[in-house]
Order: sequence, then structure tokens, then C-alpha cells
Amino acid sequence: METVTEITTRNFKSQEYFINMGPQHPATHGVLRLVLTIDGEIIKKVEPDLGYIHRSIEKMSERDSYQQIVHLTDRMDYLSSHINNEAVCLAVENALQLEIPDRVKVIRTIISELTRIASHTLWWGVMGMDVGALTTYFYGFRDREMINDIFEETCGARLTMNYNAPGGLMFDIHPNFVQRVKDFIAHFKTKLPEYDRLLTGNVIFQKRTKGVGILTKEDAISFGASGPVGRASGYSCDVRKHHPYSAYDRVQFNEILDTEGDTFARYRVRVQEMWESMSIIEQLIDNIPEGEYKVKTNAVIKLPKGEFYQKVETARGELGVYIISTGTKNPYRIKFRSPGFSNLSLLNHITVGGKIGDLVATMATLDLVIPDIDR
Amino acid sequence: MSYFSDIYNGIKTLLTGMSITGNYFLHSRKGAITQQYPDNRETLKMFDRFRGEVIMPHDENNEHRCTGCQSCEIACPNGSIEIIWDRQLDPETGKKKKMIDKHIYHLSMCTMCGLCIEACPTDAIVWAQNFENSVYDRSQLTKVLNRPGSKVKAGIED
Amino acid sequence: MKIVSITKTVHDWLFSIMPEGAASIVEMVLIAVAYLAFFAVAGLYLVLLERRVAAWFQLRLGPNRVGPQGIFQTMADALKLVSKELTGTIKADNFLYNLAPYFVIVSSLMALAVFPFTQEFQAFDINIGIFFLIAISSIGVIGILLGGWSSNNKYALIGAMRSGVQTISYELSVGLSLLTMVLLTGTLQLSEIVEVQKNGWLIVQGHIPAIIAFMIYMIAGTAETNRAPFDLVEAESELGAGFHTEYSGMKFAYFFLAEFINMFIIAAIATTIFFGAWLSPFGITDSIPWLGVFWFLGKTLLLVFLMMWFRWTFPRLRVDQLLTLEWKYLLPINLVNIVIMAILVWLNLTIKF
Repeated sequence: METVTEITTRNFKSQEYFINMGPQHPATHGVLRLVLTIDGEIIKKVEPDLGYIHRSIEKMSERDSYQQIVHLTDRMDYLSSHINNEAVCLAVENALQLEIPDRVKVIRTIISELTRIASHTLWWGVMGMDVGALTTYFYGFRDREMINDIFEETCGARLTMNYNAPGGLMFDIHPNFVQRVKDFIAHFKTKLPEYDRLLTGNVIFQKRTKGVGILTKEDAISFGASGPVGRASGYSCDVRKHHPYSAYDRVQFNEILDTEGDTFARYRVRVQEMWESMSIIEQLIDNIPEGEYKVKTNAVIKLPKGEFYQKVETARGELGVYIISTGTKNPYRIKFRSPGFSNLSLLNHITVGGKIGDLVATMATLDLVIPDIDR
Repeated sequence: MSYFSDIYNGIKTLLTGMSITGNYFLHSRKGAITQQYPDNRETLKMFDRFRGEVIMPHDENNEHRCTGCQSCEIACPNGSIEIIWDRQLDPETGKKKKMIDKHIYHLSMCTMCGLCIEACPTDAIVWAQNFENSVYDRSQLTKVLNRPGSKVKAGIED
Repeated sequence: MKIVSITKTVHDWLFSIMPEGAASIVEMVLIAVAYLAFFAVAGLYLVLLERRVAAWFQLRLGPNRVGPQGIFQTMADALKLVSKELTGTIKADNFLYNLAPYFVIVSSLMALAVFPFTQEFQAFDINIGIFFLIAISSIGVIGILLGGWSSNNKYALIGAMRSGVQTISYELSVGLSLLTMVLLTGTLQLSEIVEVQKNGWLIVQGHIPAIIAFMIYMIAGTAETNRAPFDLVEAESELGAGFHTEYSGMKFAYFFLAEFINMFIIAAIATTIFFGAWLSPFGITDSIPWLGVFWFLGKTLLLVFLMMWFRWTFPRLRVDQLLTLEWKYLLPINLVNIVIMAILVWLNLTIKF
């Protein structure tokens, strides 16, 4: 006959216990399930459990034509849908060796950077909310709303824009586009310093984020971290800088790098990136070249036989599109290398030993979008 | 001494943050960014490119521009468009001609990608800007876009 | 004067129709019911105020549909919560699970008895007023601990344990900062504390140490009520809803209401101790005593607003930082502050008008 103490010591070697964080948890920003092993408040292990929003986009793409694949990528990382579209379009255009007009390149770059700002403002709001400052959410959304209005006027949709098409854009920019973008930049230049004064400088926020979730440069590289997560650890991985696409080779911008690798560094990199995005837009908005908004392509696009890879820098990091074509109108296989998936794989590595509050703050700066991870 | 400077700097940053929110509080009367949605239906105007749902405009003679070429059906990634067509005698020319019987549009399956409208050679279908698409029964989301008794406008060729 | 005369009439009438013991019991019950009704409604309006203030901080409009400017919104919410099913977990410790909300709400309502709303309008003028308040306000945490533990939910348990840690630590600072002021007044009885302040509010009388004590009190008081930036107990981005995850309907409403009444209590204590309770500034309305209610509530609501301002601006602390703040900053400063105040009183350096 076992005593109660014996049973407990056999089943639970220590004070550790499990907690299910998600799939309906406010801090997981979607249907991500984390199985936490916790000792009191201290995290011993984090196991992400995926698959709650898997829609088999890669498999669906095999049945779709190349024009149709584009709209599916909207649904991956919905906060940088334009950049996802661009990745597929660039891959197809490169395979077909189409010459893309300058106008298309510049417009794509401007909208990509607007998407990046929109994504980062939303992230900033949610970051504040995750560490407990609920008001930031609304300030972030106020500024994002202006960008969404720009998108809605030009592309017809706010989130899943599907504005790109292989060969160019679906339609030309709206006549108000330039003025609206300028208005937004003027507005946002006054609001971004407020972000810093409200949250960045706040002593509680700094205490919550500094020295939390430290990722070294070596780990960042070996885990395949990209985007602001990698750059905060000093890993220079900006695709816009190293493999310029669209109009990024004709603008001046800095790759924001930090060496700390902690949560605050990731926060700072993202806030700084908003300034850089604004500077990119400012360089391009006044001289959008005239020309066609689309190259004429066949109604049925057939890629030549072979393998094609294109990577772009989304708001979250490096998105790769890998297409294997057998020369038919559908891809034989398409693979998306999504930034969120690699960044999520870090989570266990950098949060073990921290508190539950640290996990939430760290997860906020990884900026996970769950449909991007599951696809 | 860093103990006291920490306290001083901490309080200073907290007050800076409070000044931001306090400023918004004082200007809250004109600063509300939210809309009182059902109340502002009259003034709420969507952008003219907004993708609400696909419609087929008819003119005053109950004529549309759809020739039944099925480009939209092919272009649609989700199968939300079905065209039921037939070859009928054109009453004017007396020739057999492809004519649509029903242009069925499943709004419930539509992802608003806009490929059908891009594909349409005769601009027969366009975006409508309405967005209040919720219904109690999903069968109501299956719509027949061409009106009963309508026919294709003269001079539209596929 | 009117209110007082009504109570006096009722008092005389009660004592005329029944024996003395029964009359005083009936009188107590009447007062309790009056307080209960008044503060239940006041708590609901504090919720509404919080929601509107939050909206104004956040560029929103806030509830404005139910009644003019939404004044019946929280009433409607309360009505909804009353009519809701009381759910619970199967493996919960049912007795404690059901008991916990009452612990919380009763302890917060009890504290209301001692506040001097005007010179006459005070239900229970006990001679250890401040001591009573400190003692009562630390009972609420038992309810939270019971609720979190008995609902057999890990989130609730973590929340409850955090609550225990937090309240026990910050109790000290609340007590010590109030003790600093007691050095000035020389009494614990609230009516006499107000009497002392006729020579100037204590925050003026005690100047620098009093201001420090007030700041410490507000920080610790906010922590006592489990509000942001100290809302670790129900940190929604970490623990879902914290200790009341498993509660629904009216039992949840008790927790919710208790939080707001506690906020009112913390602000009311600060008003009484630091800002002269019902005393008007410079004695401008001394000739009309019933206006004291207006001054008391005005000052209290101003402090409540300050706490709301905190809540809607600051991020939340982490649990270890919470303790660091208390044990490494507030407590040592507080202890030094008491000594300074004692010296001040000894050397008679206080400001008196």
C-alpha cells in the first residue's frame, strides 16, 4: 500500500506542473497552444503545439494557377499580406524573366513599407497590451487605421489586399494615394515620438523587457531567426539590404542592428524600423515613375520547368517562396519558408528560467502571427 | 547614489507617460477615433474600390453585359462562381448563341480576391460597396446575379 | 442638517416603540441596509466612471447607449449578471468556492462604516479607526486566496498566490505610511483626525514627509486593490482572468464590485488622512456642514481618477519586481520617513494655520 506522499513523489518529481497556455489565451495572439512546464512561477519548458489553424495553403497552391496562389498568401501572415503577395509574384516573374516596369517596383515598395509600418504599429499596441499597458493598443490602432484607409482606397481591401498579380499590380494606384501617404507620414512623425515617451522610456516597461529572453547571435543564426528578432541579436539578415528586390536597391536606408538580443532590443529594433520605413517611403513617394502598372502576361501562366526561389523581407522576417515547376500551369510543389515558424522555435530556448510574465513579454516581441506559422 | 537617481528617473518617466495619456484625456472630446457604426449608416461611405460583394449591373432595359464566357468561373480560386448556360437562338440575328441561364455566386465561399472581375472581358461583373452581408441562413448567400428575364446587351461579343 | 434630523427622528421613534436593545439592533440593521444599497449602486457607478474614463484616455467614446450617456449601462450589466447561471468546476471545493466572493465583498463593505462623510454623518466612530481600516482591508485577500485555491484551476491558483504575496507585502507600506500621519495627529480616531486638520490638511501640515507618505500610500494602495500596474492577480495577458477565472454571474460580480469599492476605500482613506475629509479648502463652506459630503466625495473621486490614470497608462510589473519595489524601495523609504516625521513633530516644524 502506497502512501499519498509516495504517490505524489513518484508522479511529480518536484513541484513542477503543466499549464496549457492557449489555444484560447489572450497572449498567444491566435490559436497557438503552448504547453508550459512550470515550477511555481518559473518556466521549465515551453512546448509549442501547432496545427489549430492549418489550412494546407501549400497543398491548395498545387491545384491553383499562379494568379490564384497570390491570394492565398494573404491569409498566411495577414499583417504583411502585400509583402507575401510580392514574394509569389517576384518568384513567378523571375521564372518567366519578365521585365517589370519601374512604376510597379516603386509602388510595390511603398506599399510594402506601409504594410511594415502598419504591422509594427499593431505589434506596438499589442506589445503594450501584453505587458499590461492597455492604452497603447488604441494609439497603435489609430495610426494603423490611416494606413488601412490608404490600402482600402487603392487596393479595395484593408487586410487581405491581393493587390499584386504576376506581372505587376491588379490596377493602378488611386489618384489620392500620394496625398494620403504624405498626410500619413506627416501625422506619424508627430506620433512616433509619443510612442517612445509613453512606453519605451517607461521605467516599468524597461524593467520588464531589459535582460529578458536573451538570444545570442550564434543562436539566432542556428535557429534561423530572421527579421527584427535576428537583427536585435546583431545578425545582419535584412533581405532588403542583402538581396534587394523591387525598388530597394535605389533607396538609402539603414539596417537596424542591435547587439543586446533581449526583449528590449527587439522592441527597439522594431520602433526604429518604423522610422526607416518612413524614410524609404519619403524617398519614393515624390517620384513614382510614369508607366504601365502591369505587364501583359498570358491568361494561363506556365512556368518553365525548374525550381525557383525568391525571398523577401516581411514585417516579421524572411519569407521564402520555393516553387518546383514541371512546366504546367500549376506548381508541382510550393513551399513557403515563413519567418514566424523559425522565430517560434526559439521560444523554448530563450524563455526557460524566466517567469510567466517574461514569457508573455518575450512572445510579444517575437511578433508571432499564428496563421503564418501553421499556414 | 544610483538608488536615489533610479527613483528620480523612474518617477520622471512615469510622469512623462501620464502626461501623454492625460493630454489625450483632456482632448478626448474631439479625439475619439471610433465610429458609432449603426448610427452613421447614412454618412458612412465606403471607398469606391472597396470589395464588398460581386454584382452584375443591369441597365434600365434589364440587360446585362455577361456573355457567359466563363472566364470568371475559371479565374475563381474557390469555385464561388457557377455559370449555367445554354446555346439559344438569338431572336434578332436568328443564330445560335451562348447565353447565360443563371450566373450563380456563392458569397459564402468568396475570398474577395478580385480575380473574376479582372478576368471578365466585358466588364459584366463589378464590385459592390455594401458590407453588411450577414444573414441568418447561409443559403441566402448563394445569389443569382442575373435578374430573371434579363438578357445580354446587344453588341457584346465574347 | 436635514439628513441628521431625519436620522434623529427615526432614532427617537424607534426607541419610543420598542425596548432599548431591540431598537439599537433594528437601527444597526437599517444603517447597514442603507449603506449596502448606497454603495452597491455607487460601486456600479464607479465601474461606469472607470469605463468612461478609460475610453477618454483611449480615444474612444465608452458606453453611451443604455440611457443618456450610458448611465444605466452598469445597471443593465448587473441585471444580466444576476440572471446568469452560476457555473463552477466539478472538482472545486464547493463550500469554499461559494464562500470566497462573500468574504471579499463583505470585507470591503465593512470598511465603509468608519468614514466621516460629514461631521455628523459617520456610521461608526470607533476610537481605533485607522487600525480598523488596515485590519479590515487585509481580510479581503483571504477571499481571493480561497477563491483561487478552491476553484481548482491552475491559472486561478497562480493568481491567488500572487495576490497573497502582493497584499501581505503592501499591507506594510499602507500601514506604515498611515502611521507616519498618525504621528502628526496623535490619535487613531477618524473624527479626531479630521478635527486636527482644521488647522490645515495633514498633507500641508506635514509637508515633505507627508507628501512622501502620500505617494507611498497611493502606490501601496493601488497594489492593495490589485489594480494596474499591480494587477498581477488577474493579469489577463498572463493568467486569463486570474483568481476569478472559474466564477460566473453574481459571484463574479461580487469580486468585480469589491475591486471598485476597495478603490473607493483606498481613495477615501487618503482623503480622510491627507486631505481633511469633509473639510472644505480654507473653510469656505464651513457654515453649511452638509456640503461636507460634497467635499468628501469630490476629493475621493479625484484620487479615484488618479488611480484610473495609473491603470490606463502603466504597464504591469513582474511578480519579482513587485516585491523588489516594496521591500527595497517603499519599505526603507517609509521607515526613514517615519523618523523624519517624528523629528519634525518633536521640533514642532509642522505648518499650522
